[in-house]
Amino acid sequence: MTEINKIANGLSDLHSNDNIAYPFEIQPIPGEVDILKITIEDMEELPVYVSVSDNQILCISYLFKEDEICNNDGSSLHDIMLKMNIPMPLSSFSKINDQYVIFGALSINSSINDIAHEIEILSENTLEAIETLKDYLK
Amino acid sequence: MGLLNKMLTAIRGGAREVGENIVDANGIRIFEQEINDAETELEKGKRDLTSVVAKEMEAKRNVANLTDEIVKHEKYAKDALDQKNEELALEVAQKIAELTSQLGIQVKAEESFKNHAAKLKDLIKKTQKSLASMKRELVMVKTTDSVQKATTAITSNYASSNSKLLSAKESLDRIQKRQQDLDDRLVAGGELYDEFEGKDLEAKLKDAGIVENDNSAQDILERLRSNKTGE
Repeated sequence: MTEINKIANGLSDLHSNDNIAYPFEIQPIPGEVDILKITIEDMEELPVYVSVSDNQILCISYLFKEDEICNNDGSSLHDIMLKMNIPMPLSSFSKINDQYVIFGALSINSSINDIAHEIEILSENTLEAIETLKDYLK
Repeated sequence: MGLLNKMLTAIRGGAREVGENIVDANGIRIFEQEINDAETELEKGKRDLTSVVAKEMEAKRNVANLTDEIVKHEKYAKDALDQKNEELALEVAQKIAELTSQLGIQVKAEESFKNHAAKLKDLIKKTQKSLASMKRELVMVKTTDSVQKATTAITSNYASSNSKLLSAKESLDRIQKRQQDLDDRLVAGGELYDEFEGKDLEAKLKDAGIVENDNSAQDILERLRSNKTGE
């Protein structure tokens, strides 16, 4: 069984054991790289994507695209994002092409509870980050 | 940072087309081969170092033994001279000359193995460092590649599911509105609960005679009377 399948099964076991604790919906996305799309209850608009590489588990959530930033406010937005980066628990900001993202990286040996916790925190951080940065967005 | 730089330049180059590989798979294979070669070289270097150090130790031992032998033979020569045995003394002296020349060779060998070992150690350190940095670079390249591929898959998943990709603000508004609705429902639910529970409790208390019943005409008269007497 591949790593990503183990994670998918582990997460859905967690959910069925205690369906209040982790209200996740897990959906594999086909492609060259195995990805899980995790939809969290009441946060359906901001799913978390989980992928596994040789050395780490990456949990990524999309924030906004470059063209959603208000005119010429890029550098003050970046300034705030850099300043938020450390205080924000477990997650960091990054950019993939023109897409701003928030992500957490875990060791490949993380327990399923660590991964579930990471997803939960990431999801909360995503909402918190957009809320904080909304004045810079169209 | 050769490969990583190339890759970042490629990403900076503009929007990537779906399905286009950000990193040349062949480039990664060549890089992995370079890492393998460096590892083989490192292993060979370590084996070489072991044998050079062993030879250095052997030369050192030889130097010590020969030095002992020379000291011993010098004593023999002195003893022979004391006994006025010139012939024996000469023979011992010849032996000392032979030992001394052997000692010279071993001292030189020890010195040369020592230098060789030091050079090998430096080389191994250097290879280890560059190997670690190559491996780090490979991890970065592979991760970037994987993230790019994941992004492609996610984007095409959105496209195929026909769901509109919301802007961050739209998502925030929707989620917050839902949370507000939930809060409203909870508050409303709470008020209803209090109301029902409260009524129920009051009724029970009245039944038990703990809370007095609605004011009766009799009670009112009683109160008015007592007020009057108090004036």
